[in-house]
Amino acid sequence: MSRNAAANLVALNTILRREIVRIMRIWTQTLIPPAITMTLYFVIFGKLIGSRIGTVQGGFSYMQYIVPGLVMMSIITNSYGNISSSFFGAKFSRAVEEMLVSPMPNWVILTGYVAGAVVRGLVVGVLVLVIALFFTDLHVMHPLITFASVLLGATIFSLAGFVNAVYAKKFDDIALVPTFILTPLTYLGGVFYSINMLGEPWQAISRANPILYMVNAFRYGVLGISDVHVGWAFVVMLGFVAALSVVALQLLKRGVGLRS
Amino acid sequence: MSPQLPDTVPALAVDNLRKTYGNGVEALKGISLTVQPGDFFALLGPNGAGKSTLIGILSSLVNSTSGDARVFGISVNRQRSEAMKLIGLVPQEINFNQFEKPFDICVNEAGFYGIPRRIAAERAEKYLKELRLWDKAHDQARMLSGGMKRRLMIARAMMNEPRLLILDEPTAGVDIEIRRSMWQFISAINAAGTTVILTTHYLEEAESLCRNIAIIDHGCIVENTSMKRLLATLDVETFVLDVTAIPTTLPSISNVTLRRRDDHTLEAEMARSHDLNSLFATLSTHGIMVTSMRNKTNRLEELFVRLVESGRHAPGRERAA
Repeated sequence: MSRNAAANLVALNTILRREIVRIMRIWTQTLIPPAITMTLYFVIFGKLIGSRIGTVQGGFSYMQYIVPGLVMMSIITNSYGNISSSFFGAKFSRAVEEMLVSPMPNWVILTGYVAGAVVRGLVVGVLVLVIALFFTDLHVMHPLITFASVLLGATIFSLAGFVNAVYAKKFDDIALVPTFILTPLTYLGGVFYSINMLGEPWQAISRANPILYMVNAFRYGVLGISDVHVGWAFVVMLGFVAALSVVALQLLKRGVGLRS
Repeated sequence: MSPQLPDTVPALAVDNLRKTYGNGVEALKGISLTVQPGDFFALLGPNGAGKSTLIGILSSLVNSTSGDARVFGISVNRQRSEAMKLIGLVPQEINFNQFEKPFDICVNEAGFYGIPRRIAAERAEKYLKELRLWDKAHDQARMLSGGMKRRLMIARAMMNEPRLLILDEPTAGVDIEIRRSMWQFISAINAAGTTVILTTHYLEEAESLCRNIAIIDHGCIVENTSMKRLLATLDVETFVLDVTAIPTTLPSISNVTLRRRDDHTLEAEMARSHDLNSLFATLSTHGIMVTSMRNKTNRLEELFVRLVESGRHAPGRERAA
């Protein structure tokens, strides 16, 4: 390994480690709230309402049907929330300058923060999945697809959260996107229903929602059913990762919101 | 970790550097200066003169509009990463995460420079001890006093053992005892070979510590010379004399202007060539006994004010020794 590659690896590990320490330091804000929220979803939508719905697509109970969507929902919202608050916090306190004046290349800064956000998404995802097992039985049909869809979903929203944090000028700005874009897209992304239940043009409109592909790829991995072709879902997700990575790196290169 | 470079290359070579901000403010108007390796260099100027912009460009936090700066021959614009390996920065504002611990802040800083954790931990202990912060190493940084936070930023800047240490008003708001201990540390670092660039509003500090100086005003260098040479240009000094009693009529002494401040204090403005013995002798013959004396203002302060004021009368002027 070259000297520069070794140095970059140390730098990457430093950011990731710092992010994990931060997640654990404020675990009552980072890990507990999503667990409580999702427990309420399972109780209200899964048990109380779900028991009256009966079986849905593929003969699964409504509870079994919504678990993958709710797990993916917690993963993406937590990945997004982690990176946007952590990076904006560093910008706000000017601690980001520690990294900007160092020899670290931009891609290391981006990868470190994204990796930290993905870790939080995964930890929350596992927590929610464990809670779900108290309410229903689940068997993962395609473990690799399940893991890949979780990883890509978390990465996409980590990158989106990073872009949001770069542009944000005040703490309110990092709450705007989750409130007005992320939450509506999540609820309309097939978490609680199959888009096959919708008529046109709503089905076609739903297909423009990137969260639909993440939820369905994950649902296919766990239950073996999906509203969209899984191969296409992965193409869409990889496309988003590539596009958002280019945008984030360009912002760092130009120093938008970071360098004068 | 810093690569070994020949000492014949300037520690810093700034060449026709310009910076115009988006709002049209021209912060730097094509400045050039050179700092030699091992120097203790003062960069002075009034607020808004362009010092922090220059430091921002050197540390890559500010993008220059044109021109270049080379750190030990390495261009900050073209080889940013390589140049940054050689620089340690102590910024004017506190810029660490106040919820982290000083030890972690230092170790993480080293990590950003690619320094393995084991070496980083040893260095963090060394510099936190040298800056008398070791007993606070595992407390949250927000619990530190203002002076401790400033010392922490110095310890952090030392983690990559830089060849060029830039200190942007590191002693602002720090009490005299801590300020002195900070200067002892920085002087020792400089004596060990690290080039130091200092900006400060405490001109007494700059005078006693720095060997060379540049004064910047309105984005231009108005003076760039050695401290000795600059102080030698001071042709008039004003002393404050504490005396036992002052007669109604002040004696007339050639080349000396005497002014009464109060019943027991006189001001004597005189050419530097005028010897003090004759002043004391004359005062003595008039029954005025001097009990103590001091400079009215710091010598550098007097020159600084003059240079900045003359620069304002002739904007755009640039001088370099």
